[in-house]
Amino acid sequence: MATLKINGETKNFEATPDTPLLWVLRDVIGMTGTKFGCGIAQCGACTVHVDGKPVRSCLLPVSAVGDRSVTTIEGIGATPAGAAVQKAWLELEVIQCGYCQSGQIMSAAALLATTPNPDDSDINAAMAGNICRCGTYVRIRDAIKRAAGNAA
Amino acid sequence: MQLDDLTISRRNLLQGAAASGVLLAFHMPVRAATGPFAPNAFIRIAADNTTTLVMPQVEMGQGTYTSISMILAEELDADFAKVALEHAPPDDKLYANPPFGLQATGNSNSIRAFWTPLRTAGAAARAMLLQAAASQWKVDPATCSAANSMVTHAASGRTIAFGALINDAARLTPPEKPALKDPKNFTLIGKPLKRLDTPEKTNGKAVYGIDVLLPGMKFAAVAQCPVFGGKVAKVDDTATKKIAGVYKIVQLDDAVAVVADTTWTAKKGLAALDITWNEGANAKISSAEIWADLRAASQKDGLVAKHEGDAAKALAQGERIEAAYELPFLAHAPMEPLNCVLQLTKDKCEIWIGTQVMTRVQGTVAQLLNFPLDKVVVHNHLLGGGFGRRLEPDMALLSVRIAQKLDGELEGSPLKVIWSREEDIQHDVYRPVYRDTIAATLRDGKIDAWNYRVTGSSVLARWLPPVFEALKGVDFDAVDSAADMPYDIPNKHVEFTRAEPPAVPTGFWRGVGPNNNVFATECFIDELAKKAGKDPVAFRVSMLDKEPRLKAAVQMAAEKSGWGQALPARVGRGICAQVSFASFIATVVEAEVDEHGEVRLRRITSAVDTGIAVNPDTVIAQLQGGLIFGLTAALWGEITIERGRVQQSNFHDYRMLRIDEVPRIDVHVIKSGEAPGGIGETGANAGPPALRNAIYAATGVALRRLPIDRAALAGKRSA
Repeated sequence: MATLKINGETKNFEATPDTPLLWVLRDVIGMTGTKFGCGIAQCGACTVHVDGKPVRSCLLPVSAVGDRSVTTIEGIGATPAGAAVQKAWLELEVIQCGYCQSGQIMSAAALLATTPNPDDSDINAAMAGNICRCGTYVRIRDAIKRAAGNAA
Repeated sequence: MQLDDLTISRRNLLQGAAASGVLLAFHMPVRAATGPFAPNAFIRIAADNTTTLVMPQVEMGQGTYTSISMILAEELDADFAKVALEHAPPDDKLYANPPFGLQATGNSNSIRAFWTPLRTAGAAARAMLLQAAASQWKVDPATCSAANSMVTHAASGRTIAFGALINDAARLTPPEKPALKDPKNFTLIGKPLKRLDTPEKTNGKAVYGIDVLLPGMKFAAVAQCPVFGGKVAKVDDTATKKIAGVYKIVQLDDAVAVVADTTWTAKKGLAALDITWNEGANAKISSAEIWADLRAASQKDGLVAKHEGDAAKALAQGERIEAAYELPFLAHAPMEPLNCVLQLTKDKCEIWIGTQVMTRVQGTVAQLLNFPLDKVVVHNHLLGGGFGRRLEPDMALLSVRIAQKLDGELEGSPLKVIWSREEDIQHDVYRPVYRDTIAATLRDGKIDAWNYRVTGSSVLARWLPPVFEALKGVDFDAVDSAADMPYDIPNKHVEFTRAEPPAVPTGFWRGVGPNNNVFATECFIDELAKKAGKDPVAFRVSMLDKEPRLKAAVQMAAEKSGWGQALPARVGRGICAQVSFASFIATVVEAEVDEHGEVRLRRITSAVDTGIAVNPDTVIAQLQGGLIFGLTAALWGEITIERGRVQQSNFHDYRMLRIDEVPRIDVHVIKSGEAPGGIGETGANAGPPALRNAIYAATGVALRRLPIDRAALAGKRSA
């Protein structure tokens, strides 16, 4: 039995140490908000925060997380940046199919937590790892700026 | 069929298909109104005044759940803030998409096909509620009105909630032709309302097919033969069997799956297998051969899709200008990889999936299992993108075949089968390769003759054979925006030459036939404008007097994009004008080409007349997204075949546009009182030709293939 600190709660689970965090979350613990998209850290759909930093959970062995705090889409609304991003996402109606949006929101929240007033190049650097096949990028950019304004 | 009847298009598919007798007319069955008031298959009202709307079309990002709800709630006068939505169960009798005769979501026709039926459904329910209230109050129903799920009798000041009327209303017969609202009285339709499906997509609560969890569930990873049509020769599973958590290795004739305690264990187990494939005859096929075949086929006469005037005579009289355009295979790559959750027991199969074809999943699974239809239960979910890929039931059928092999303690276990991204890209049904050849002549600065042959696969022939047969082989999709091109040209001849690529399965891909037709047409129009010495916008406008809605869109896009204003060197603007899916759209792309042939998008402007825009914000969002979908393909998209297998595998070699590559996109929605058009596919049509024409303006290089050839733009080879 191993443990993870997820969204402020301790979760017990059983999985081999090499199991990526993504599959522990989805298949073992049953938290399916974090998505599988490519399996090779190319698309960002699986983005979670480990100690506040965005990571691709599809390639992160669960044993490498240790006792660091994991934040997922289910818990990001409890952070000021996460709540601001979620609100702006709805205000500007960013989302279409929504499958990539857990990852987009996690990347955007991580950006705003460290860079409260990002410019376009900050947004590009933080968000270029997240693919959206529906093409919501224009609204993602606007919503990050909106969230920055809301949070201020 | 007479020549005149061959003017086929999406606009008249409904009539054509109905005439063929193969499609069902829409009908609105009355449900037994037990419990809540259920006047038809779309509406249920409960005693607590909640309204549940049943969604006949699936939500894959296009906003249809919200738009459908707006239409129903508008005519019902329901309180929109309090509606609850339900995915429809599979049932062609209740929920078939009228032109398909099948419960399918595609072809950008959800609103077009359901506009009148849903308005009628809402209005009929409202009429029954008004009648029920009027009877209680012993007044004329014409003196009662409804709003926000309440009926009011203004003269007496009485009001009553819909929920309090359900028992009385349920005893009434629904009127067949209830009065519909005058559009000027719409309170919901036409307003940019917030989507109903998005709040749960911000916090991880939305459930896609891939998210379904069941007690005791097992997880499977699957590998299909990398060569199309190949079979499994032998499997060495020694290493896999040693992995803790692997329950079973399933060998099918064309695929191998590993069933395990988690998806990760299943993936590890699959990777540890040593599979020998019997690749078969298709292992010889390559893209080079496919293109050679297609080019040869494009020399053959096709079936006539349009014939007006005398194009052959006019071509013989003027200076003949010719071009050929070629488009590659494309994969869909929805962000949610293909998957299926199922539980198969001896006499029942239950399926949890996100699909564009509910009844086809149910029907093909029942056929595979030799089960009666009612023993296959299908639960639909939100789709993490469809784009046409989920118009196929293959992921469900493969999953059922895996589940059939579960035995012993595993028999009857719930099973989740997830395709890897590599499987998803290498076992798609691909947007077909196309070759379009066009010849034209000019007279007095306008096009006099236009001879256009589309050569390529007929997806329709496989996907909806009765309609293909009714059309006598003239695939309406493959020639849609070719037969129906908008420019006023006196002599037109359009043909379709069917040419199926060997081995590679083809399917509908966002934008479908018009992607090809609009690309070839709009690229060639720009080349003809240059030949005529005309500005591309002025040239188009001069031939659009009979298409005023498109003409207005072209003029607006030109104005809003700053058309004609000076640009730096190697920067150009390109325009695309299109009539597709009954929408009239003009798009201007501004792009820069550097000396290495790299292309940077600078700005995109669209003007769209889609008739009544049910939710104008959704129209804008769909165009923004569709443009990016099309531009992604134009800039990067190509699936190639070597030794019978797809060479691309994941997002590193099947490239998607990313946020840093996407510029400002302005979409201007033109107010219109016309019937609603389709919108989901249209941006995908618009992006590629507008970009190509921008590159043409910036560099003078007339690219005639996609994706764009950077070496040609760098001057290293001719286009």
